[in-house]
Amino acid sequence: MPSETLFDKIWNQHVIADLGDGYALLHISRHLMHDGGGRGLQAIRQRGLRVRNPELTFATFDHVITTEPGRTINTPSPYNARLQVMRQEAKRWGIRLYDIGEPGQGIVHVMGPEMGATLPGTLLVCGDSHTCTHGGIGAIAFGIGASEVMHVLATQSLIQRRPRRMRVTFDGVHHPSVTPKDMILYLIGEIGAPAGVGYAVEYAGSAIRALEVEGRLTICNLSIELGAKIGMVAPDDTTIEFLANRPLAPKGALWDQAVHHWRTLPTDEGASFDQEVRIDVGKIAPQITWGTSPEHVVAVDQPIPDPASAPDANKRAAMEAALTYMGLQPGAPIAGTEVDWVFIGSCTNSRLSDLRDAAAVAKGRKVADRVRAWVVPGSENVKRQAEAEGLDAIFKSAGFEWREPGCSMCLAVNGDTVPPGQRSVSTSNRNFVGRQGPRARTHLASPAMAVAAAIAGRIADVRTL
Amino acid sequence: MEAFTVLEGVAAPLLRQNIDTDVVIRINRLRDLQKDELGPYAFEAWRYLPDGSESSDFVLNQPPYREAKILLAGNNFACGSSREGAVWALWGFGLRCVIAPSFGPIFFNNCFQNGMLPIILPAAEIRAIVDEIEASPSQSRMTVDLRNREIVTPHGRRVSFSVDGLRRDALLAGQDEIERTLQREGEINAYQARDRRQRPWIYAAG
Ligand code: SF4
Repeated sequence: MPSETLFDKIWNQHVIADLGDGYALLHISRHLMHDGGGRGLQAIRQRGLRVRNPELTFATFDHVITTEPGRTINTPSPYNARLQVMRQEAKRWGIRLYDIGEPGQGIVHVMGPEMGATLPGTLLVCGDSHTCTHGGIGAIAFGIGASEVMHVLATQSLIQRRPRRMRVTFDGVHHPSVTPKDMILYLIGEIGAPAGVGYAVEYAGSAIRALEVEGRLTICNLSIELGAKIGMVAPDDTTIEFLANRPLAPKGALWDQAVHHWRTLPTDEGASFDQEVRIDVGKIAPQITWGTSPEHVVAVDQPIPDPASAPDANKRAAMEAALTYMGLQPGAPIAGTEVDWVFIGSCTNSRLSDLRDAAAVAKGRKVADRVRAWVVPGSENVKRQAEAEGLDAIFKSAGFEWREPGCSMCLAVNGDTVPPGQRSVSTSNRNFVGRQGPRARTHLASPAMAVAAAIAGRIADVRTL
Repeated sequence: MEAFTVLEGVAAPLLRQNIDTDVVIRINRLRDLQKDELGPYAFEAWRYLPDGSESSDFVLNQPPYREAKILLAGNNFACGSSREGAVWALWGFGLRCVIAPSFGPIFFNNCFQNGMLPIILPAAEIRAIVDEIEASPSQSRMTVDLRNREIVTPHGRRVSFSVDGLRRDALLAGQDEIERTLQREGEINAYQARDRRQRPWIYAAG
């Protein structure tokens, strides 16, 4: 047997038909849906098609739902009609839907791994670009568009071209305040936001092996911000422990059989990649973005870069436009920049370990007067566990608002919006123009750094808070 | 789906790199509008001033580029969100072809599902075409011929491009991918029967 990568083993396993030119018809072992899915399901019906394998599709509500504290199914929202369509369609087709207030409800990329819907060795898709998150479990997982969602619903398959393979090896020992979010932002800053275009990325090395599953999910979450549709981490004991007894994970003899298969998945010794990148995590300081692309990132103790240093005119133009939009001066220190909003949440950083990290910094401190700070847990289960640990009490007494699970201010599509011109430090994944609301200015950072900004009222180094 | 064979029209330069699909179309528009209503909101944050009037600085507001059918773009064009509405918004604006050194991978696939042609060309080649256009914006028309995989630039240079055969055939025929795959029902059944035997745990969720 020739040496194979993790990616190739899973890809090959899912080929229904080779279509030539590197294209294949691939079987989809898991399809996840969110509250944007109602229209697609309606369209299936209108076209006279059927949902081929509803038992392989799992759905929840996240993007448009209100995160108002105390929310129930009956809380008024302009988008309730949309949720109702999704409920009806899911019921009609027999798709499992985790509704508001139920364990399982949450951001779709928090729900999948947490419920055990996401498993190693599967090919998982969802109509959302951050589906790459699930690769942290050892699956091939990627986001698809609305037409491809229809294709999956109707045929449980997709036509895709095999990407090239990149391996990013993180080795060394990092500062205790450096988190998975800092590792992945640093990588994007080093190699650039387009560097992963056309690749499936495997994250490897001792610093990845040392991470808990939740940290691996955070790393894989930003693969799409590196241009890569797919990011993955090989399954190991940590993964298997994480999945044991999850509600949707296999049980009994099927579990043993699955584990046996998962053990065969890691990349073989000697397998080759189209590109290799090495990162020494000892060099990483807490990161913060300054611009409107995730590659616009610096260590918190560094100055804001000068567009004059850009390698080419297009890059320079993008940097200049970003500085204008963000209202920042090149050469000035990024630390000390005044902040109006802090958002802790999103499929990047809303899991229990993120909230623990954030609470550890918030404990016994107070949010600065000028700042409004929110904590939005990633799922109903995360919320309940956090409350059982008393994390909500720590946040509330520090002056944070503790809200109900959903995407919230990551995308601002449910009305949770950063006002025009205001500056936010956010644990989400996109600092794009207008992402958190028209003319909102977003700085991406880790949960600990976000709390540091909330406390200081300005961008601050969590190491010296 | 509309077939794509030969396209002739104005090409507009928008070379800034890493343009994301959030900027191409705001999520709230997708939430509130239908697929065919999105054209006026393409690049909304750049196209309009805060008071709602058009920003004359933005290239797609300037003649002749307002009429553009072809967009000459920068590296990693339409990265980020998977929203297919990015293609629908560009389509609604009048664009039928985007030429860039690289594309956001989900957008790239979404184009082919909607009759839009994404072409990958080296940055230097795109720069050369933009130079031709900027030398005389009144002559910004060019031709994209998918049958012959060839672009004829405003100055009449012929530039060939490659596109995967499977994607090209589907575009030329205006063919829907779902219909084609449904014809493979037998193969999908056979795959599932085999996979169920080998990996029953995949099919046993909950
Ligand atoms: S949290 Fe943000 S990035 Fe994640 S799925 Fe929701 S909107 Fe998308």
